[in-house]
Amino acid sequence: MSRLQTTLLPPLLAVLFAALLCSIALLISGDNPGAALAVMVTQLGAGTTAVDVINTGAVYYIAGLAVAVGFKMKLFNIGVEGQFRIAACVAAIVGGLLPLPPVLHVIVILLTGMLVGMLWALVPALLRAYRGVSEVISTIMLNAVATGVIAWLISPAAFGFVQGNNISTPPIAPTGHFPGIDLGPSGTIFGMVFVAALLGVGYWFLLGRTRFGFELTASGESPTAATAGGVEARRMVLIAMLMSGAVAGLIGLPEVLGREHAYTLVAPQGYGFTGIAIALLGRNHPAGIAVGALLWAFLDKSALALDNIGVPREIVLIMQGVIVLSVVVAYEIVRRYAMAAEQRRVAAELRAQQQPVAEGAAT
Amino acid sequence: MTAPATSRPVPAARARRLPGWATSMLVVLVGLVVLSITATLTGQLQLTSAGTAQAAVQLLLPILFAGLGGLWAERAGVINLGLEGMMILGTWGAAWAGYQWGPWAALAAGAVFGALGGLLHAVATVTFGVNHIVSGVAITLLGAGVTKYLSTLLFLPVSANPRQSPPLRGFDSFSITPLTDVLDALVRANLVFVTDVAGILQGLLTGLTPTVLLGALAVPVTYLLLWRTAFGLRLRSCGENPVAAESLGVSVYTYKYIAVIVSGGLAGLGGAALVLNPGQLGYLEGQTGGRGYIGLAAMIFGNWRPGGLLAGSALFGYVDALQLRAGGDAVHALLYAGTILAVLVAVLWFAQRYWLAAVWALVAGLVVYLVYFFVDTIPSQFAAFAPQIVTLLVLAVASQRLRPPAADGLEYRRGEGD
Repeated sequence: MSRLQTTLLPPLLAVLFAALLCSIALLISGDNPGAALAVMVTQLGAGTTAVDVINTGAVYYIAGLAVAVGFKMKLFNIGVEGQFRIAACVAAIVGGLLPLPPVLHVIVILLTGMLVGMLWALVPALLRAYRGVSEVISTIMLNAVATGVIAWLISPAAFGFVQGNNISTPPIAPTGHFPGIDLGPSGTIFGMVFVAALLGVGYWFLLGRTRFGFELTASGESPTAATAGGVEARRMVLIAMLMSGAVAGLIGLPEVLGREHAYTLVAPQGYGFTGIAIALLGRNHPAGIAVGALLWAFLDKSALALDNIGVPREIVLIMQGVIVLSVVVAYEIVRRYAMAAEQRRVAAELRAQQQPVAEGAAT
Repeated sequence: MTAPATSRPVPAARARRLPGWATSMLVVLVGLVVLSITATLTGQLQLTSAGTAQAAVQLLLPILFAGLGGLWAERAGVINLGLEGMMILGTWGAAWAGYQWGPWAALAAGAVFGALGGLLHAVATVTFGVNHIVSGVAITLLGAGVTKYLSTLLFLPVSANPRQSPPLRGFDSFSITPLTDVLDALVRANLVFVTDVAGILQGLLTGLTPTVLLGALAVPVTYLLLWRTAFGLRLRSCGENPVAAESLGVSVYTYKYIAVIVSGGLAGLGGAALVLNPGQLGYLEGQTGGRGYIGLAAMIFGNWRPGGLLAGSALFGYVDALQLRAGGDAVHALLYAGTILAVLVAVLWFAQRYWLAAVWALVAGLVVYLVYFFVDTIPSQFAAFAPQIVTLLVLAVASQRLRPPAADGLEYRRGEGD
């Protein structure tokens, strides 16, 4: 199998498998899978759906990148969830309290988000590098801590801003709004979409085209080999985790800067876990993550359209879950198959080469 | 091996080491004394009240079951981050069976649904060699999705709410009356320490349900099965050195499958315990609230041992109960208990001549005391995640002394050992 096949086949199979499984589920519950699929495709032309998919996709893309930076080094930053939420909250508070001139205001908010995300990732990074504590457990604990801290930050006792029934951080002045592209009735594309795209390019260049990226990937693949090659593993753990946290700090900002202009108590959650799924789907490749993010956002938006024709919208969640699980299984099967094929090929070539030598030795 | 002359003299305590059960009894006793002193000196009587203890039992049960689930899987070498997802499946299954056929069916269905999640995890990790953490996260996503779908499909018509099950009938609770009456008299006698211990014991023996008994049984049964039978030895050998186990004729795949399915079943029981909690009967979307992960933390806190795991979940359940019943003031008083504990640990370490560690313990105690002194109350939002902070601290301090199974989380493929 060619490299292209081994890369593209598994996700395609996974999506098909998920669609098949969901169709069966729909048939059992007495719905029509064909109509569901038709509605999912046609929704893209209606209203603001296409723009919504792109906007949500950008959020998911940043989330996928944040997770992928860690994955590159075999670090499981389950804490992207907590990092992004606390970063968005603090960035919104800073943005709401500081009166600043137009461009600077946005930059300060973005930098605050990255800094807070980094600080929240610093704890597991230090624990992992100096105390050998698994980052999986420490980040899960910190996710819960973040929930509590945010609840406190937004409470009226701290920085909360009560407006009617809704509590949020103080609203950000218009100088701190990130301008988007107004497409009239089709909606407004977040300006942050372009920041997300830039991040993707930066990720591709840094990890794929620089010595630093090579060292990072190498210490993930084989810490001992990397250490022998003069890479300090501890430093790499710290850097990878902090980078992951900094990118995570940006996840919540497209919505804060482009639509809400504050961080509310009911702000969406779960982007961190979605990011894990998307990084897996895209195999940590910037282009793959982009496809995964758009697919995920498309499925998300389909929920509404499906609801309109009476299909339970939760079928989308099942589809997403099945896609993640089957894509990792599919990658593994293809990897094993490719490896076995490679071994057979090498063995055949070696046999062909050794034949004359063996005969020569016999005479 | 000859020890270098400069090495620390072996402490006398090391030579005549206490047996395990005596150490645990001692730890429990010290904990009770510290709590009693704190309750007396700070006037926070809720610290040792029967009500707190009773609430703590209900809150620790789901964590305990999830932690036991984690223990089974990890002892066989499979990290189970899908506990949360399996627990969610368990809550749904328990509610679905419970509102139709009663609480016993709820327990059974919770275990079966959780075990199904465990089976999925086993197929992905054991058969296909998918990374354990990746599979766990995926199963948690899938579990949440499947239950939401099923709730809309099956609960919406009967409860008019897609996020909630119809009300179910719980177990009748019972108390061990002659004992609790005696304890009640002791509580009223108002004696230092005796009242505190009696209060806690009274809480532990009041409002019992079959779920509580099941949890109390699950810990010793797990211990006996995993550490005192040939089956357990083989299962644990798969977590320590699967290649060696294979060479001795153990079917590693079979044991890993059994362990992960039991793990899922236990997590599902944890979900059922949540649904059958007398205070809040029924399924509610998002009611697990990360308890599967906390169970995992409790297991690590307990160093991958059933007894330690019980202590870990008791700690989490207790802090949770205290925060719910008495709020930030009582949790604030816990800081005082923390100071006493730190001083005790420091004294112990001084006696054993761990000079540096002892000084650090004293410094930590001082810091905690200063916080206690300068802060009046802990905001309820902070008190809610006290267990997580404790876990982080334990991990930071004791991570070098924790001993997970040697092959935990590593991929193993049949016949590929070296």
